[in-house]
Amino acid sequence: MNYEPVIGLEVHIQLLTKSKIFCTCSTQFGAEQNTQVCPVCLGMPGVLPVLNEKVVEYAIKLALATNCKINHHSVFARKNYFYPDLPKGYQISQFEEPFCENGYISILQEDIDKKIGLTRIHFEEDAGKSMHSEHYVGSDETLVDVNRCGVPLLEIVSEPDIRSPQEAYSYLVKLRQIVRYLGICDGNMEEGSLRCDANISVRPAGETRLGVKTELKNMNSFKSVEKALEYEINRQISTLKDNEEIVQQTLLWDADRNVAEPMRSKEDSHDYRYFPDPDLVPVIVDDEWIDRVKAEMPELAGEKIKRFVNNYGLPEYDAQVLTEDIAVADYFEAAAAGVKDKKTASNWVMGEVLRVVKESSGGVKKLNVTPAFLADIINMIEEDMINTKIAKNVFEKCLQTGKNPRDIVKQEGMQQISDDSEIETLIEKVIQESPNEVLAFKAGKTKILGFFVGQIMKATQGKANPKTVNQILMKKLNEYRG
Amino acid sequence: MTDRADITTLDYTRARELLEKKEITCSELVDKYFQRVNVSQLNGFITVFENSAREQAAQIDEKLKNGQAGRLAGMVLAVKDLIAMEGKKTTCGSNILSDYISPFDATVVQKLRAQDVIFLGKTNMDEFAMGSSNENSHYGPVKNPHNPECVPGGSSGGSAAVVADNLCIASLGSDTGGSIRQPASFCGVLGCKPTYGRVSRYGLVAYASSLDQIGPITKSVPDLSVLLEAICGHDTKDSTSADQAVPRFSDYLNRDVKGLRIGLPHEYFTDGLDADVAEKIQKVIDFLEQSGAKIIKLSLPHTEYAVATYYVIATAEASSNLARYDGARYGRRAESTSALEEMYVKSRTEGFGSEVKRRIMLGTYVLSAGYYDAYYRKAQKVRTLIKQDFDRAFQDVDCLLTPTSPTTAFKIGEKADDPLKMYLSDIYTVSLNLAGLPGVVVPVGKDGTGLPVGVQFIGPAFEESILIQIADFIEREFEQ
Repeated sequence: MNYEPVIGLEVHIQLLTKSKIFCTCSTQFGAEQNTQVCPVCLGMPGVLPVLNEKVVEYAIKLALATNCKINHHSVFARKNYFYPDLPKGYQISQFEEPFCENGYISILQEDIDKKIGLTRIHFEEDAGKSMHSEHYVGSDETLVDVNRCGVPLLEIVSEPDIRSPQEAYSYLVKLRQIVRYLGICDGNMEEGSLRCDANISVRPAGETRLGVKTELKNMNSFKSVEKALEYEINRQISTLKDNEEIVQQTLLWDADRNVAEPMRSKEDSHDYRYFPDPDLVPVIVDDEWIDRVKAEMPELAGEKIKRFVNNYGLPEYDAQVLTEDIAVADYFEAAAAGVKDKKTASNWVMGEVLRVVKESSGGVKKLNVTPAFLADIINMIEEDMINTKIAKNVFEKCLQTGKNPRDIVKQEGMQQISDDSEIETLIEKVIQESPNEVLAFKAGKTKILGFFVGQIMKATQGKANPKTVNQILMKKLNEYRG
Repeated sequence: MTDRADITTLDYTRARELLEKKEITCSELVDKYFQRVNVSQLNGFITVFENSAREQAAQIDEKLKNGQAGRLAGMVLAVKDLIAMEGKKTTCGSNILSDYISPFDATVVQKLRAQDVIFLGKTNMDEFAMGSSNENSHYGPVKNPHNPECVPGGSSGGSAAVVADNLCIASLGSDTGGSIRQPASFCGVLGCKPTYGRVSRYGLVAYASSLDQIGPITKSVPDLSVLLEAICGHDTKDSTSADQAVPRFSDYLNRDVKGLRIGLPHEYFTDGLDADVAEKIQKVIDFLEQSGAKIIKLSLPHTEYAVATYYVIATAEASSNLARYDGARYGRRAESTSALEEMYVKSRTEGFGSEVKRRIMLGTYVLSAGYYDAYYRKAQKVRTLIKQDFDRAFQDVDCLLTPTSPTTAFKIGEKADDPLKMYLSDIYTVSLNLAGLPGVVVPVGKDGTGLPVGVQFIGPAFEESILIQIADFIEREFEQ
């Protein structure tokens, strides 16, 4: 029997607001433990939360970008449970009346657009961080860092529309692209600014009812999500094939051992006793506010692709590659602004720049080769000052040193030799020193031309203008009468 | 010349006159109060600020000399011990916070400090404001100044008793279901529960967030009006605080009641009402009618559900509000525990008293999966009906007149073992909190045993001024 997996994802994104959701503490990542706190986020007796409006603005952006229906009236609710990293003994979230509902995200699956439904997106405050295994934590201790307490989150709950681990992966990539384009989250799963839990069940192909689901947690990368889902699908299918029943439970993914193991059942049996938070008033969002945010919405990937094709005359493929990451798209546009041939700029970004970005960790924004420097390099080719091969050297040197490419070329004498007489002298010398190769050429072995070009490039350290070399070489070889 | 031995009996309005005339000083006033506080047997205070109060008094005397004193200079105030004051203990009458020192001032404290109020101490109360008799305090019961065998009412029992016994000029209490009004009535002082949202709750330790309000307890209506005016106003730190202009409440003093329409809800005058209390209230009604007010009988049909509704909503919110007292970050942590859950259980078991535990369990129950709809959601619906009762009533009347409590102060221990009986004594006060409306209690005499009786006036939302107007009119007639 064939089985079909049914997957729904719950994604939490940390918002890039400067201050926390209910107080004015900084959200800066990486500060010393327990320094970004105040009575409000510590839940001291008598404090009250006040909503940060920026959080609502960011949520409106995401709602618009994911085709959700924004509820003009939504309500904060308390999710009650005890844990040391939760100072109030409850987490402020939303329950019965979420911020927005009924949206979708389109993903490309085998060249076809597939819509993954979004059930809802709602506000939530982050909890603190419990430290169990860090080197400074004793074996019988747990330390708590409350800096993260009250950092604004949006929880994005998908419909069970996902049918494979690959689709889940594509969905996450697409969602990350959206939040990065909107500038509301840096989308870094390894650092925890984007987190993903999965609900998963399997059913015989053709069956419409849902099977018993399990919940997967603790996946720290997109790849882990994919792997964990594969693991769990296989486990559920073989369980069913053995005529055993799937137990509804929460499983934790262990990325080191590539297995998912059940959470202790006690932690899994919460009754959160949600109820509306009486300390906060409903979030009221009118059409005017939505329109204001709409007017300030950044261009999203789909629109950017169209514009790159229309305005820069790029092939659709180039536009796709360049817009995958908004930082790369911005880099391309900045570089392209300074050069005549946009396709050449695209080639450089898709080639050298993306290669380097993939190898480094800093991302395109931290590249020593700024867009202006890349434009300089391309323009120097255009001006016949350097050839493409030297240009790649200049790129490499600029990458290492951060120096202006024009200075690099000047200081290192990398200018192209386009002087006919100088090249002619060199060619004559090479021809005289290589009688056998000349004979071979004469005998019709035209491929040997490369040998001569190579010799000349070697003699000029690659600086000879290849066009000039080719012209003169052909002329000289044809004139040659041994 | 005033009799100097008596200055502790002055209300603020009179004391300020003498301060301005330089007949007395703040230091003298504070001295006299401490002479009384230090020998008081009422158990009204949990903490007194003998040093800081004297320092403040000396500073404010300087300001008075220079003509730079704030509007409430010389107001010697006691504060219920669940209102946060920076650097001072804020115990909430609980063992679990017995050593807790607040790192910040409540908004009301900040406002009053800026007007040169002198803070004398923090008053005793039912633990986390849960109680109607002040017997639920970790620091022991407070005694009623009119009869030490009787309770002062609760939960702001300390705040009412210390004003009634001239241990300070006035005090702040908090009112979730009657916690200012019932003790004011039992102790024979003035008390006001403002409209929900009128006074910032920032720094008020929450019992039931959708019901709690801070309010003044005073010896006179003029004092009530100045203190109320000083604490009202919008606060950006409290999302539920109302952005409403605050009138000059003292403008409503010295008026008459001609033409005022006063409603009597018949549900508040039924069998449970003590005859002595009923008689005193009737006198007030007659007096108002004789003075030109129009008395209108009406009905608030959902009144009988108010106590049950209140105890579902208040306990639900409390069960969540009190979750933060877990021994992890501040407050009392049980000793020698090794596992997390053990720390929680032991700390909370040792830290909370039995009434608090009872309400946490009730609240946890009504919010539990499977019970939420039957209890919490249903209670919210009834709350709306109760509110609509008042809305309808205020189409026909300017305010309502009711008793404050079915009886005068009862004996310490009398109801302590019967929570249901105790809860039912809130019957005339809880509806206002559910509807978010303002209420003022005015003393109108004593019963046969010498215990005070207070009458309650209920106004439409943000209409405290009309309550001040009537209370002042009544006070001038009924002052002993």
